[in-house]
Amino acid sequence: MELKDTRSGFGAGLTRLGQINPNVVALCADLTGSLKMDQFQKENPERFFQVGIAEANMIGIAAGLTIGGKIPFTGTFANFSTSRVYDQIRQSVAYSGKNVKICASHAGITLGEDGATHQVLEDIGMMKMLPHMVVINPCDYNQTKAATLAIADYNGPVYLRFGRPKVPNFTPENQKFEIGKAVHLKTGTDVTIVATGHLVWEALEASKELTKNNINAEIINIHTIKPLDEESILKSINKTKCIVTAEEHMLNGGLGDSIAQLLSRNIPTPLEMVGVNDTFGESGTPRGLMEKYGLTSSDIIKAVNKVIIRK
Amino acid sequence: MQEITKLKDIVTQVRRDILRMVHANNSGHPGGSLGCAEFFTALYFNIMEHNTNFNMDGNNEDIFFLSNGHISPVFYSVLARSGYFDITELATFRKLNSRLQGHPTTHEGLEGVRMASGSLGQGLSNAIGAAISKKLNKDKGIVYSLHGDGELQEGQIWEALMYASANKIDNLISTIDYNKKQIDGALEDVLPIGNLKAKLEAFDWLVLEEKEGNNIESVIKILNEAKRLIRNNKPVAIILHTEMGNGVDFMMGTHKWHGSAPNDEQLENALSQNPITLGDY
Repeated sequence: MELKDTRSGFGAGLTRLGQINPNVVALCADLTGSLKMDQFQKENPERFFQVGIAEANMIGIAAGLTIGGKIPFTGTFANFSTSRVYDQIRQSVAYSGKNVKICASHAGITLGEDGATHQVLEDIGMMKMLPHMVVINPCDYNQTKAATLAIADYNGPVYLRFGRPKVPNFTPENQKFEIGKAVHLKTGTDVTIVATGHLVWEALEASKELTKNNINAEIINIHTIKPLDEESILKSINKTKCIVTAEEHMLNGGLGDSIAQLLSRNIPTPLEMVGVNDTFGESGTPRGLMEKYGLTSSDIIKAVNKVIIRK
Repeated sequence: MQEITKLKDIVTQVRRDILRMVHANNSGHPGGSLGCAEFFTALYFNIMEHNTNFNMDGNNEDIFFLSNGHISPVFYSVLARSGYFDITELATFRKLNSRLQGHPTTHEGLEGVRMASGSLGQGLSNAIGAAISKKLNKDKGIVYSLHGDGELQEGQIWEALMYASANKIDNLISTIDYNKKQIDGALEDVLPIGNLKAKLEAFDWLVLEEKEGNNIESVIKILNEAKRLIRNNKPVAIILHTEMGNGVDFMMGTHKWHGSAPNDEQLENALSQNPITLGDY
């Protein structure tokens, strides 16, 4: 399996947008290399804006750029894309209804060695609470590239979250990305596993092990956390009668939280959630951190075994 | 001269609108609004080339951003009086289901408003973005913005000041409403901003200063001077000295009317100092 980082998927998507959509502009707060925005910058110097280490100003400028028809893509680490500039996003982008794409790299704990100051695990929660904000967390390089292309065609504020490490690139090249539409990766009957971002691959790995124990898991890739594809999830649990959610995010406020709300409003169903439980991260290798904080396929398997007996 | 008399009449009527709007809700910010009545009137009735048939993109016209959104009463009054929407709508200010929210917003589709403001410090960045957009579109329009002096305590303003000069955003004229007061008291007592002109110049802006910010002729003159300075590789700032509560004797010389409304008796007194010119809404 080819290993590629999702941020490079963003970079490739942005480069393509530079070639096909003259209204796309990009802004970066001194992390052009990390965000893989350098190719766009090279090809479109007049449409690329280096704002320096001034994220609040970057969000404000991006909001202003929409007036006159530009489609701004802002780039910095996920922590500086959200918590650092939450009020700027809230007022100048979300409340003002501006067509800004907030593109956030190094999300979650797999940012690794830089430690907790940079490992935002609350961003999905913050962003999904903003009215009409679309929240997308693709799972691999190909899907991140497809998502980057798709959000340029959607008119409205979007939060696009991706990561730093190289991970398996397993979804089809040149796939069609539909905002708000879940992707069924495997059909099953015993349990539904709903995963987002880097945890989608872990869910697929878990399902292979589960098959050996005669547990047939249905795997759904939720790349869009908001709006949530409620219909797909409800249809699946109607069949499997139990569900596990998996995400590289705080349990509080994440995908699992959205699904818990959906289930309790519709069909109360046994649910187990894989994610980070009310704690900050720390320095370490991405894999070491995923193991310590319970974000691997074996943690998903444990959750499946727990949820199945609650049926 | 006749033109100036007409503009002065508008200013007086705008003052009446402000006073009546905040009185009707017993809430809002009359002090700063009154202090900027001449500035807004000059901008919308004399300086800007703008289209009252509102279009969000504002291509090929001058556009304005109000960064200190709490002075929404003067903004709404001048927008209505210049024809963006009917003046009768001013009666809905701050009421349930109104497009005239406490602080301006695009959310309700009010013509003339291009960005929500209220949480301070964001408008200069927004104006820079719109100015860049105009440059990319080869649009000759000018971008104007207004900021409170107290608002300059927000760090984002200085990020934006630094960016604008470094990137030669020279189709932008930003005015500072220098009334030296904020909600907790005198700017000097809350957090002094020091030598404002020197600070802005140190950030490499072209800086104009107008001591007579409540004299409509002086305001027009300084804005025209600023217009002559644009497209010269530097952003332009105007330090506009104004009097909070201007035009109402008991509201002047104090910060007390920053965010409080007059009662019935006070309204009557204030209105008597500003007799009807164009007609009340």
